[in-house]
Amino acid sequence: MKQVHSKILSVVGNVITVKGSGVSYEELAEIRTVRGKSLAQVIRLDRDIVSLQVFAGSRGISTSDEVRFLGAPMRVTFSPNMLGRIFDGSGMPRDNGPALTDNLIEISGPIVNPVKRIIPKRMIRTNIPMIDVFNSLVVSQKLPIFSVSGEPYNELLARIAMQAQVDMIILGGIGLKFDQYMFFRDTLEEGGALSRTIFFMHTASDPTVEGLMVPDLCLAVAEKFALGGKDVLVLLTDMTNFADALKEISITMEQVPSNRGYPGDLYSQLAARYEKAVDFQEAGSITVLAVTTMPADDVTHPVPDNTGYITEGQLYLKGGHIEPFGSLSRLKQQVNDKTRRDHRAIMDGMIQLYAQYRETEEKRAMGFRMSGWDKKLLKYGDLFEQQMMDLSVNISLEKALDNGWNILAQCFVPQETSFKTDLIDEFWPKNMSNNTEGQAEDKESSFPPQGLDESEEDSDGEN
Amino acid sequence: MNKNYGEIISIYGNMITVEFFANIVQNEVGYVLIGDQRLKAEVIKIKGNTAYMQVFESTKGLKIGDKVEFSGQMLSVQLGPGILSQIYDGLQNPLPELASEYGFFLPRGVHLEALDYQKKWHFTPLVKVNSSKLIAGSPLGYVREGLFKHYIMVPFNFYGDYSVEEIASAGDFCVNDIIAKIRDEKEVVKELSMVFQWPIKIPIKAYRQKLSPKDALVTKIRIIDTFFPIVAGGTYCIPGPFGAGKTVLQQITSRYAQVDIVIIAACGERAGEVVETLREFPKIKDSRSGKTLMERTIIICNTSSMPVAAREASVYTAATLGEYYRQMGLSVLLLADSTSRWAQAMREVSGRLEEIPGEEAYPAYLESRIAEFYERSGVVELGDGEKGSLTIGGTVSPAGGNFDEPVTQATLKVVGAFHGLSRDRANARRFPSIDPLESWSRYKSFVPAELIAKAKKVLFKGNEVYQMMKVVGEEGTSMEDFCLYLKSEFLDSVYLQQNAFDKVDAATDLSRQEKMLVKVIEVLDTSFSFEKKEEARRFFYEIRQLFIDCNYKEIDSQDFKNQEQAINELINKGAVAKCDSPKG
Repeated sequence: MKQVHSKILSVVGNVITVKGSGVSYEELAEIRTVRGKSLAQVIRLDRDIVSLQVFAGSRGISTSDEVRFLGAPMRVTFSPNMLGRIFDGSGMPRDNGPALTDNLIEISGPIVNPVKRIIPKRMIRTNIPMIDVFNSLVVSQKLPIFSVSGEPYNELLARIAMQAQVDMIILGGIGLKFDQYMFFRDTLEEGGALSRTIFFMHTASDPTVEGLMVPDLCLAVAEKFALGGKDVLVLLTDMTNFADALKEISITMEQVPSNRGYPGDLYSQLAARYEKAVDFQEAGSITVLAVTTMPADDVTHPVPDNTGYITEGQLYLKGGHIEPFGSLSRLKQQVNDKTRRDHRAIMDGMIQLYAQYRETEEKRAMGFRMSGWDKKLLKYGDLFEQQMMDLSVNISLEKALDNGWNILAQCFVPQETSFKTDLIDEFWPKNMSNNTEGQAEDKESSFPPQGLDESEEDSDGEN
Repeated sequence: MNKNYGEIISIYGNMITVEFFANIVQNEVGYVLIGDQRLKAEVIKIKGNTAYMQVFESTKGLKIGDKVEFSGQMLSVQLGPGILSQIYDGLQNPLPELASEYGFFLPRGVHLEALDYQKKWHFTPLVKVNSSKLIAGSPLGYVREGLFKHYIMVPFNFYGDYSVEEIASAGDFCVNDIIAKIRDEKEVVKELSMVFQWPIKIPIKAYRQKLSPKDALVTKIRIIDTFFPIVAGGTYCIPGPFGAGKTVLQQITSRYAQVDIVIIAACGERAGEVVETLREFPKIKDSRSGKTLMERTIIICNTSSMPVAAREASVYTAATLGEYYRQMGLSVLLLADSTSRWAQAMREVSGRLEEIPGEEAYPAYLESRIAEFYERSGVVELGDGEKGSLTIGGTVSPAGGNFDEPVTQATLKVVGAFHGLSRDRANARRFPSIDPLESWSRYKSFVPAELIAKAKKVLFKGNEVYQMMKVVGEEGTSMEDFCLYLKSEFLDSVYLQQNAFDKVDAATDLSRQEKMLVKVIEVLDTSFSFEKKEEARRFFYEIRQLFIDCNYKEIDSQDFKNQEQAINELINKGAVAKCDSPKG
């Protein structure tokens, strides 16, 4: 049933109302204005009054503009031809390629039955040591990248897109700056990863509401590919913009805000998207990495806070690198016992030493005297930051583990670390010239410090 | 009787308003008819001839004027044999059956029977023809459901006295076969099968009286059993920020708690966490029964992406099932994870009803709803003098980890124990991350109160010293204070912390807890003298290591005894004099 209405009753924010009957909830409509066509979606029905959110925004809409109901909810095309293509927030081509209109699939479809899920067991390698070694990414994981604005989160995403061992990538941009959009396109093109990528790009100059559809479009397409046996990695940037768009609509609809203006259903809205991450038994999988910028580096802000309760850990990007503290992959325990047998020990041991380095660094900044042990820690901290944390380090997991042992051997003697003897026998570099400075005089303070006993070894990653 | 229909007049999110023409009931279930789908919905507000209904599924594609069929029934669950070890959604749809019928996804508008109507159960009668004075909840017979005698009772909504007209003799029956006919005071005869319905929002009260809860509910988690105990029939809550280990704590509790039945209500949390439970539990042996854990478990699974209205219903479904098994004289533990998501579901509904909001937009009735829910717990004396209990433990996920928010505060008012999780402890990998300085319990611990007070004093004083030390450094701290600090750290790491991944350490029974606590207190009571701080630290590291090794050993093993010996020697070596309580 296609109806045309030409009397717009009200325009408030990006929401318009018209009179209509036989309209179904969440149905799409098309609005023709002097500036062109825009899609709109039904978000409320009250007797014969229909409220629509206009994707292109309400600017310039005339009360006499034509509203045509399309008789179907939002759908998106699905075909292998989408690979390498760029679409906008309404699913229309953004590159100069032809529009794809075949094989339309519904977005935000039914959810996966929990009993059909399996415990994820496969690791996704990214060649970034801070991820592979310390916070392994696991197939079907949903992991946000918490970041302060200005951090190189898009660079990080682009690198993961190029290097992650998956079958294909779907990249969704929400409120992306134009230069960042170009950056993604160019980087992936140069890196040769374009042909396994599908873009849904909504830029900051596009109408806000259009960005609301991006996660659903990405995930609907991803789900179809996953059911077809593909391991799909969905990258979203930035989900805070998505939440802000939700906020805008809910305020326009005069909903009572719950926390800092965000709607009460923010948690459910975010969860509906993130929970699409899944590993299908005997088919493919969806893994989600999503940037969430934290206004004012505040992790208790409603968006990162709600996200943290939904996702399986988080990567915390700060000062240009992935923070060892605060970052957590809740699923790493499922995979890091099957990589190499020193993986867990390096993961725990190096982080504990780095924690001590941070304490020492604080003491140094406050002007306390540095003992021999402190000096070793300072050296260790520097090396760790250069060779592990730096985002430009690009090495395989095994190489990174070897590097870890090398760093340890450059700074400590084996007894000063908490590693089990058999691991030290096997992995500690043999002909390394040990740093021995200050070792004799400082026997006292080189006693294995707090937190290095066995009891804490395996407790890492409890949630 | 003619069916009662209504028509949709507005749709907003999962809230619809429906114009009706006959009489309807508050909390009545209606079905929205769309094509051949029937979407379940519940009446939550009535005004004039308009009913406000929340739909338990996506409202996509509904139209103004669509028909709604009212059922005349309140939102109910089916009670009968076959509930144990089942996995239900919030409305008691069995998820494994949905999966085998519909595959990967949960389609909209399908409902399956909660119980298997084909399965035969062996029924043994407990009453004879003409037995009289039966009331609601009186057993008529029983079937064996896994480990338990599942009593077939007079339905709880039967008021007055009944006598038995007919009763089936022992034999195999399906749940809806007629097994008895009973006659009420007005000589009306009613037929009974093994299954009946009960509205989830109404507490089951077919018992003689409610008693005050006293008996400890052993969780085998040291910090809980010793310091912040819970009791069978009591209530407790676990608030904590994300990543602090709420869910792991609940999982451990669900494994080791000494109760008959555990009901896990996964309410608005990650699907992945439920998956771990439902894949692992069928493989883990329960030490009490020798059967798998699944046999004593019911999972109500309404994860975060499942419809929000069903999430609101899921905790009531769980509570009703808990009350049902309590009526059989069993002890039931209900773990709700997380009650904040349930409260948020209420908030979403309230917002759509355009009610005047309270704090943080939660509805004004938030507190009373939370109180009502926890009040469904309790120890009850049944008609035959037996006792049953329902214990409720709920996690709370406060926004930003700040306990000063409506859900946490409303919960704290009504629960008997508070296990507050701290992000600092979680970051320091001190698990379980229950904050010993902030948490409390109104219930009595199994160890003498003096010991607890003594240990807590050390923790408080130790923390004070630690705070001070942050300012003045180790150099500026007296040896006495420093020892106190080391003692509190020692207590923390050998007793409060527990390794959930170690076979032995994961579960400590009460006799072992008592034994270890006495030993730990002995260390706290002993005065040690050290020349240098480094010496003191080294001594405490050594003794800590001995205790931790001890924690990993089976209590009746030779290793354990050797370790004990070593501890005694070390204490004697370091001790100068024993005093009754630590100074400070």
